[in-house]
Amino acid sequence: MNLESLMLVALLLPLVGAAGISLAGSKPNLRETVTLTTAGVLAFTVWSLVPPVLAGARPRLEVTTLFDGLAITFQVEPLGMLFAALASSLWIVNSIYSIGYMRGNGEKHQTRFYIAFAVAIFAALGVAFAGNLLTLFIFYEILTISTYPLVSHKGDAATVRSARVYLGLLLATSIGLLLPAVIWTYVQAGTLDFTPGGILDGTGPLALGVLLACFAFGTAKAGLMPVHRWLPAAMVAPTPVSALLHAVAVVKAGVFTILKVVIYIFGVETLAESGAQQWLVWIASGTIVLASLIAMTKDNLKARLAYSTVSQLSYIVLGAALATASGVIGATMHIVTHAAGKITLFFCAGAIYTALHKTLVSELSGVGRTMPFTFAAFTIAALSIIGLPPFAGAWSKWFLVLGALEAGELLAVAVLMLSSLLNIIYLLQIPLLAFFREPAPGDEFRGVREAPLPSLLAIGITSLLCLVLFFAAEPLYQWARLLPSG
Amino acid sequence: MAILAYFNYWVFAVLLVIGLYAVIAKTNLVKQLIGLSIFQGAVFLLYISMNKVEGGTAPIFLNGNTERIFSNPLPQVLILTAIVVGIATTALGLAVVVRIREEYGSVEEDDIKAQDVGS
Amino acid sequence: MSIEDHLPALQIVVPLLLAPVVTLLRVRSLPWAASTATSALTFVLAIALAGQVATDGALSYAVGGWQPPYGIELAIDQFSVLLLLIISGASTVALVFGKASLDREIGEERAPLFFAAWLLVLAALCGMVTTGDAFNLFVFLEISSLASYVLIAAGPDRRALMATHRYIILGTLGATFYLIGVGLIYMMTGTLNLADMALRIGEVSELRPVLVAAGFITMGLALKAAMFPVHAWMPNAYAFAPHAVSVFLAACATKAALYVLIRFDFVVFLPHLAEHAAQVSAFFIPLAVVAFLVGSTVAVFERNLKRMLGYSSVAQIGYILLGVALLTPLALTGAIVHLFNHALIKGALFMAVVCIAHRTGSVQLPAIAGCARAMPLTMAAFVVAGLSMIGVPLTVGFVSKWYLIQACLEFGVPGYFLAAALLLSSLLAVVYVWKVVEAAYFKPRPEEAPELCEAPPMILASLWLVTLANLWFGIDSSLPLGLARAASMTLLGEAP
Repeated sequence: MNLESLMLVALLLPLVGAAGISLAGSKPNLRETVTLTTAGVLAFTVWSLVPPVLAGARPRLEVTTLFDGLAITFQVEPLGMLFAALASSLWIVNSIYSIGYMRGNGEKHQTRFYIAFAVAIFAALGVAFAGNLLTLFIFYEILTISTYPLVSHKGDAATVRSARVYLGLLLATSIGLLLPAVIWTYVQAGTLDFTPGGILDGTGPLALGVLLACFAFGTAKAGLMPVHRWLPAAMVAPTPVSALLHAVAVVKAGVFTILKVVIYIFGVETLAESGAQQWLVWIASGTIVLASLIAMTKDNLKARLAYSTVSQLSYIVLGAALATASGVIGATMHIVTHAAGKITLFFCAGAIYTALHKTLVSELSGVGRTMPFTFAAFTIAALSIIGLPPFAGAWSKWFLVLGALEAGELLAVAVLMLSSLLNIIYLLQIPLLAFFREPAPGDEFRGVREAPLPSLLAIGITSLLCLVLFFAAEPLYQWARLLPSG
Repeated sequence: MAILAYFNYWVFAVLLVIGLYAVIAKTNLVKQLIGLSIFQGAVFLLYISMNKVEGGTAPIFLNGNTERIFSNPLPQVLILTAIVVGIATTALGLAVVVRIREEYGSVEEDDIKAQDVGS
Repeated sequence: MSIEDHLPALQIVVPLLLAPVVTLLRVRSLPWAASTATSALTFVLAIALAGQVATDGALSYAVGGWQPPYGIELAIDQFSVLLLLIISGASTVALVFGKASLDREIGEERAPLFFAAWLLVLAALCGMVTTGDAFNLFVFLEISSLASYVLIAAGPDRRALMATHRYIILGTLGATFYLIGVGLIYMMTGTLNLADMALRIGEVSELRPVLVAAGFITMGLALKAAMFPVHAWMPNAYAFAPHAVSVFLAACATKAALYVLIRFDFVVFLPHLAEHAAQVSAFFIPLAVVAFLVGSTVAVFERNLKRMLGYSSVAQIGYILLGVALLTPLALTGAIVHLFNHALIKGALFMAVVCIAHRTGSVQLPAIAGCARAMPLTMAAFVVAGLSMIGVPLTVGFVSKWYLIQACLEFGVPGYFLAAALLLSSLLAVVYVWKVVEAAYFKPRPEEAPELCEAPPMILASLWLVTLANLWFGIDSSLPLGLARAASMTLLGEAP
């Protein structure tokens, strides 16, 4: 098969999977087999695209031209490839985990859940492979809408209210800011194609700044304050959704969009010369610190992780805003390393809920002995997020700091350091509590009680990834290095 | 007298406003329709006034009589059509009012609105 | 002369002559069948005309062989063809779609007269968009109004009667205003032919009466087009009319008035009145902005679905006016293409609501709670059409919005505010569409509510036909865009 057909297969597979899941809806085992098979075949397809793309191939797929040269186009380049590979690989792990979680908790509407999940993956791949801004915008919206049923899964009044915040904020920002930004770009440049080096050379610094603001806040999925409110709201969803979508696919689609716009629409050099990105550095820095501080106040485990995600996403935005080569490399690597760490943390949160029905941090005193494996994994992932060697997060933070130094942004360096300290406080507190505090009355150790096996398997894989990515960072670095030059 | 020279047009304007006032201010549906008719009548007057040519006579073309000045016949023809349209409108309007009266037992707008509040 | 040469006249004459014939058909659904066939024939004629215009360019037809400017001229260009397609298409679809609901609402006894009135509306609207004569236009305007009063008054609810009365009063005021304007222009130019008028206004020395005429004509047509703030008749008229009539009128009645407004402004006044451009912009832009903000806001709070869609139409007419008032080729193209797109969008939305009403017997928001499970196809169509109204890519709504926003952005800083207002209104559209979606998909069906099932196949098929058209013309918009572009070039006096 040539590369173009591989792309097409990769795009269509999740949809086929969704159809298969709906057909197999009445037989849970068959349904889960369909999910896992689709995820497996998809990951295989996506990964088989990797070597040629890294070698310089840029397969392109023109679907249709709408009007005035606006087209639905797909084109794979290293950044999109990275995002697609990440989302499709973690989908396998997440599906394994979901089986344990959804059955362990006896959730309703499981078929709808798996279908919506497959559609969300389809949308994420569309975002990853988009060849121009319009295509990206379309799949961005599909991603928003397809995740609504997942967020409102529980269906009670409080959940629906949160889901409304989720949908309202994401739709409002994308239609109110992202869409005008897209149209404005078209007015300025006459095209929307992602082009190495950018397409906005001739635009004045003020216009660039406003446009960047429209993109940065219009892409609310990137969680920049003050448009981050949807992410904590989305935590009402079942944990597998929070894990894959709201720690990886959806939020990464947001930062991916920003990275992609900075690299292929503005052009790193154009942006750096104009100085229009300066304010974005400040907003991102502010978000990093503020979100960390808020995270410290949250007792609900998932809420704390959500604010941690908000903070970590801004690392990536910051990397893009620095507009230096190392910054972009750091941002790209952080997409991967944060994904591995955060998905593990969410998996652990879900496992704790499944096994012990606990959702608050303060309830976790001394349960480390009950769930040793889960908390060990949690510790590894937390250390990776903090950025300590020998865990994956160390590398991305290294490059981000390097980028900040290159750009002469000492403030950003300070923020990155401060944030690491805050991370230690609010993340490491949890395993410390679990391992070294006396259990609360009634919670005494009565033997090991872990989550179902599929969930543990998933946790094991992702926490191992945190470790592996530190020692085998070279390929990732080589991959990320392709980006600043386009 | 400049003002008197435009006498017809003054009447047109006054009638127009009287009609418009009745349409807007009256709550009785029949009176609204009467206002509407006055309003339309004013416009007929406008058209008829404009066709008059000074010293002109009825536009009847008789054997080779080319020196005479005729009034413009076209606006008269137009307004004949407009009158027909006006009659149709009034008739239809009154028919609807009759139906309203059958349904609500009243032709006062306030009464009717009060009756519909509940439903 | 072969039959093809008479197409412009046939377009009007066929429905006009068949209307009295329909009154004579007193056998069961024969009136419906006859008018549907007539309407379909009109649609075919419109397509044939479109073909002619595409190959030969604009056509002029002298009625009865009297040459313009003395005789009545039918002038057909890309713009009128676009409107003809909308009108005859909407009428046909609404008739096919409305069979079941009309049977229930009208009854066998009144059917012949009702369908005759329908054909008269169709004929008169076709006449309005083809005629090149200002007075003839008035006559068609009044025929269409009178006949549509009859259609609306046929609504099953007694409130339809008050809505009709309101419409009669305001509609007649509008038409009479228009008549005054035409009279004044005739006084100054001595002609009623639009093209000729445009030439002669240039020769008039005293322009004040013409200016007054422009005011009267604009006001009169604005009333007919339900332009804010003189839209008061429209939401109730749509809400209480028989369902099929709502679909038909919502898709095209106000469009014809807008068409005439655009024609007059661009062809007659704009080239010769020095101040006209500035006046049009200064008058319409604020009104358009208020229209779409107020219309959308009221729609958000409206609980009667048909009224909600009526207010949404007020907003959508605001979009079109904005495009007209910006006076650039891009904006005008956007406005004209939105005329077409809005017909598709609102047609589909009204049809979906009617489907629901057909089964639940109510158009109130609470009545539709949880109906998506029983009526998945209907609600799916509503969602697609709703997305189209919001302006999501791959739907027709996106095409119009793309053009309008782009046109706004051309104007620098004031344009940014216009674009922002437009987007705000789109967001409000998200809210009111979502309100319906949430009720239908995520609210439980009340315990005592009757069992629902999907609407009959014929209704569903026509609903989906229009819904798919929303997608089709969103993906391949070359037909409406091509016509709109050519039309805007002609209107702005540039070579296409």
